Amino acid sequence: MQYLANPTRFLKIANAVLPYVWAITIGLFAIGLYGGLVTSPQDYQQGETVRIMYVHVPAAWMALFVYSVMALASAVAVIFRHPLADVAAKTAAPIGAVFCFLALATGSLWGKPMWGAWWVWDARLTSMFVLMLLYIGYMAIWAAIEDPHRAAMVARVVALVGFINVPIVKFSVDWWNSLHQPASVFRMDGPTIHGSMLWPLLVMGLAYSFLFLALHLVSIRAEVAARKIRQIHIAEIGER
Amino acid sequence: MKLLLALIRRDLALSLRQGGGAGTALGFFLAVVVLLPIGIGPDQALLARIAPGALWISLLLSVLLSADRIFQQDYEDGSLDIMTMGPVPFELVALAKAAAHWLSTSLPLAIAAPLLGFLVNLEPQAILPLAASMVLGSAALSLLAAVGAAVTVGLRRGGLLVSILVLPLYVPVMIFGLSASQPGAAPGLTTASLLILAAITLVSLVVSPLASAAALRSYLK
Amino acid sequence: MMPALDAGIFHYATRVMELNAKELACERGGRIVFRNVALSLKPGQLMQLTGPNGSGKSSLLRLIAGLNEAQAGVIALEGGDAELTIGQQAHYIAHQEAVKTALTVHENLAFWRDFMGGGDVEEALAAFDLTRLSSYPAGLLSAGQKRRLALARLLLAPRVLWLLDEPTVGLDTASLARLAKVMAAQLDRGGMIIAATHVPLGREPDLRLDLGVAA
Repeated sequence: MQYLANPTRFLKIANAVLPYVWAITIGLFAIGLYGGLVTSPQDYQQGETVRIMYVHVPAAWMALFVYSVMALASAVAVIFRHPLADVAAKTAAPIGAVFCFLALATGSLWGKPMWGAWWVWDARLTSMFVLMLLYIGYMAIWAAIEDPHRAAMVARVVALVGFINVPIVKFSVDWWNSLHQPASVFRMDGPTIHGSMLWPLLVMGLAYSFLFLALHLVSIRAEVAARKIRQIHIAEIGER
Repeated sequence: MKLLLALIRRDLALSLRQGGGAGTALGFFLAVVVLLPIGIGPDQALLARIAPGALWISLLLSVLLSADRIFQQDYEDGSLDIMTMGPVPFELVALAKAAAHWLSTSLPLAIAAPLLGFLVNLEPQAILPLAASMVLGSAALSLLAAVGAAVTVGLRRGGLLVSILVLPLYVPVMIFGLSASQPGAAPGLTTASLLILAAITLVSLVVSPLASAAALRSYLK
Repeated sequence: MMPALDAGIFHYATRVMELNAKELACERGGRIVFRNVALSLKPGQLMQLTGPNGSGKSSLLRLIAGLNEAQAGVIALEGGDAELTIGQQAHYIAHQEAVKTALTVHENLAFWRDFMGGGDVEEALAAFDLTRLSSYPAGLLSAGQKRRLALARLLLAPRVLWLLDEPTVGLDTASLARLAKVMAAQLDRGGMIIAATHVPLGREPDLRLDLGVAA
């Protein structure tokens, strides 16, 4: 951690590993998509529609995972005051939000054949929706506060409070859902899923993770560059 | 302790004298409530069904819209600066200010809302559980509103942002508040919901002062 | 419990106190405001802080009060209460007067008395000639009167260090004399004052710090 905190050193390492990360990402996507779309069987109830799962479920995983990364980076920023941790949290947010949006959109697409409606307030979709709001709020804070130093400090608070909120929301929404309707139409978790469907799902999950890693490294690099440019501009304007 | 009571007393006096406290929030609450029958039609059975939810949503929005009062003025006139230099931790100052907001705004609203339930045909037997859940939940509402207010205190147009930030935090409060006041719910469900609501309030009690104070400090810098 | 504020009866210096700062640097919005600022203040000393606009006079005072974070350097109140921050042992008077317009003059001070943990409101009001106004809402006060109300806070709880940011703004001659008297009493009982101003304070400062030069 300490070692990576130096932006220059970090950039050097990031530049070195990025091509490999991209290559692994593409490879994993090829395998995962082939497994999910070609070799895995149709669902006996859902038919071909089940294949949305290979896009949807990993996206939902990633939306949660990236928020955790953001919160972890914020906690590191609070405790160790590494400026790079703030950059990591800031740049993770839009990527996580896109994963979250992808999960919501594919969930909605899946809902049409499954429930006959584009949107059903099922517990998972509702929790995902609240998570999306948390992402939007976090990004809005960065956008609203001009001074990057201050924005970073306030954003840490927002990320950590949001992170505490996530499991509480999950719990409450499940509770709410059980009051209003019986258990979900489909369950994708647990060992009930057949192996021929499970391995492409896991590979896709891995592919998404590497995609996140690649995108995150690229965004951190861009953010560090943007900050350098800002510093140069300030220096050019003069000290006073 | 005496110091914090003095702070609460001052904030209560200010909210009474400047207006915009419980009175204005109650006005806003009524405005939202009146929109409901107009929006969905005056069908009594339908209104009775949605009454607890409608009242909770109106409560959330009213509390939220009064949130900027918690820290804004003290931030602008420099009082918060001095408060960081007091003999108690700044976290307790943030807590006292949230408490003052609860006493001046959320609590009166939480007491008034179930009584105004007749406007949306709230079933009489739902009044008591609704009141209990609202009073208990209103403390969490103020505490979380304080976080939103602190996080946006130096922003000129923080109002919208407060809503985006705080409403997701309100989701669990409302769910368990409603679960406690479900018409015809089993007594066990009501008790369990109230207990969970109390737990959420306690978590907010810990998180809110820490988060608010941290956010305020970064604006004072 | 509270020691009386009359000079001579109460004295801060039960221990030898000294405010020391070294190699202070301050950054705002990515811009260096000042760097390498050092100061040393002993009991009974008044320091006048000068420098052009934007040289960081207010920033330095806020830094000492603990409201800003120094980008580099250390500040210490040696001989002070180790349990407390420097801010908790200091009074800070800024451009923003922390006056509530909806409260009366007396209520404003009474709140700060309770918050700061002691002091005599009547005495503080009298020192700045506000007794006559004590029951009026502070919103009715003129700018100078409001300023006096803010300054009256200095006399509530005895704090060893006073940080004054342009304390004389809006004050008339009589009020200036009152401020000078109050400041003299603070110095006599072993207090320290740092005042950012270009206006004469009614007494020769013991030390001067020009931030325009220091930066």
